[in-house]
Amino acid sequence: MTTPISISLTVNGERVEAQVSPRINLVDFIRHQIGLTGSHVGCEHGVCGACTIRVDGAIVRGCLMLAAQADGTDVTTIEGLSDSGDAADLQAAFVARNALQCGFCTPGMLLTATEYLESGGTADRDSIREFISGNYCRCTGYQAIVDAIEQVASQRGRPSK
Amino acid sequence: MKPHDFDYVRPTELDQVFDLIERHGDDARILAGGQSLMPTLNMRLSAPALLIDINRIDALKGLSVEGDMLRIGALTRHVELEHSPEVARHAPLLTKAIRHVAHPAVRNRGTIGGSLSLADPAAELPACALALGATLVLRGRDGQRRVPANTFFVDLYETARGEKEVLEAVEVPLATSSDRFGFGELARRHGDFAMVGLAAAARMAGGTIERLRLAFFGIGNVPVLSSAADLAAGRPLDADLVEVLRGAVGETLDPTDNLQASAAMKKHLASVLVGRVLGDMME
Ligand SMILES: Cc1cc2nc3c(=O)[nH]c(=O)nc-3n(C[C@H](O)[C@H](O)[C@H](O)COP(=O)(O)OP(=O)(O)OC[C@H]3O[C@@H](n4cnc5c(N)ncnc54)[C@H](O)[C@@H]3O)c2cc1C
Ligand code: FES
Ligand code: FES
Repeated sequence: MTTPISISLTVNGERVEAQVSPRINLVDFIRHQIGLTGSHVGCEHGVCGACTIRVDGAIVRGCLMLAAQADGTDVTTIEGLSDSGDAADLQAAFVARNALQCGFCTPGMLLTATEYLESGGTADRDSIREFISGNYCRCTGYQAIVDAIEQVASQRGRPSK
Repeated sequence: MKPHDFDYVRPTELDQVFDLIERHGDDARILAGGQSLMPTLNMRLSAPALLIDINRIDALKGLSVEGDMLRIGALTRHVELEHSPEVARHAPLLTKAIRHVAHPAVRNRGTIGGSLSLADPAAELPACALALGATLVLRGRDGQRRVPANTFFVDLYETARGEKEVLEAVEVPLATSSDRFGFGELARRHGDFAMVGLAAAARMAGGTIERLRLAFFGIGNVPVLSSAADLAAGRPLDADLVEVLRGAVGETLDPTDNLQASAAMKKHLASVLVGRVLGDMME
């Protein structure tokens, strides 16, 4: 038997206090204990990016961080990002460009693309590809995803140099 | 998969870490960025009873110039190396190399101390430490010990760090105007571990090379300094030298076959990288 850990964090702006088993990772905690199932779980070893979550402003693998480690942090999931409206243009571009088919990778892609754009990323396709290289999509072939991010970068006034 | 059960502690002082290591021995594992440890736990390749999370130990953080060294705390994350103006000025090889390490979300968590402690044979930072002539600072209950990078990497995932020691920092000699650095790797996809990679550092004296280090990774069990680099001493860094080194480097390496590439292919790729990386350094 292991000792549960008390954690206190913010998830999408709401205060959360919980007891967690040390071995539960952040994305499982968010999906099963909090009930927000927008963040997906694919490989569980850091390769696919489906579990991408923002912790204290930076994207991380939700499967490679323990819930216990999120104590004291500010977490944003796709639900929070959607509600904030900050990614509304990206979401619209994903739909318009057919940048999702089954949608499994999409929450992770949107969080990653958001960090790309917020950290000054431009419409340069190679830079976009490099930044999303850690997010797998098994449906679209990436072309449409790069199209969508490129379009939003241009709309936000950051054409490729 | 999900990891086995374990207990979790988050000390704030190094002494607490030593207490825990002494008490739990092999059953305890240090958790830094978790970007290598967590996958092995999730896949149940390893099942420690206790994780010691070192992320809140201030003594392991920070970047500072101390004398003629840049001291990089073990908990410095890849993303901090990537964007640090101090690193760009004093250790530009790391700025070049770090973009090849994994993907943004992994770089946001992974630490230099974790990468050097793990010593993956295909990892970028251990080879950079060799090329830079860096020193690893190990901290034990009874004090500090400094180990040069060229004796730190012992064998596959095996380093000179003792079981009861923590890697505290790495010290890199400050780059001078006589130094030139180059970095390149060949990987199947961006962010993947390299098939073969090269971190190079040249110290110039006037128009000629005083000392060249060519640190290859992905070749064998540990990153290696190629003795071919000695051929460069006293010669200008020019196309002739690059040809000589391209021809000589294969003989000095003893690659092992792996899933990524055969030994023969790795020798070929090493020669290709010498051409590219030294070519960049000539400009
Ligand atoms: C999808 C993916 C792709 C990746 N690609 C690359 C790549 O291309 N190149 C690359 O180099 N890496 C890559 N990595 C690994 C990544 O760089 C890791 O961050 C790094 O290897 C380990 O650092 P960490 O801080 O995450 O260490 P952890 O995973 O926390 O720890 C690794 C090991 O080191 C020990 N340890 C950690 N810190 C210390 C310390 N201060 N003192 C003593 N022991 C310590 C731990 O006990 C553990 O055994 C990748 C990871 C993923 C998930
Ligand atoms: S589920 Fe986390 S990276 Fe695949
Ligand atoms: S839309 Fe199906 S995995 Fe990307």
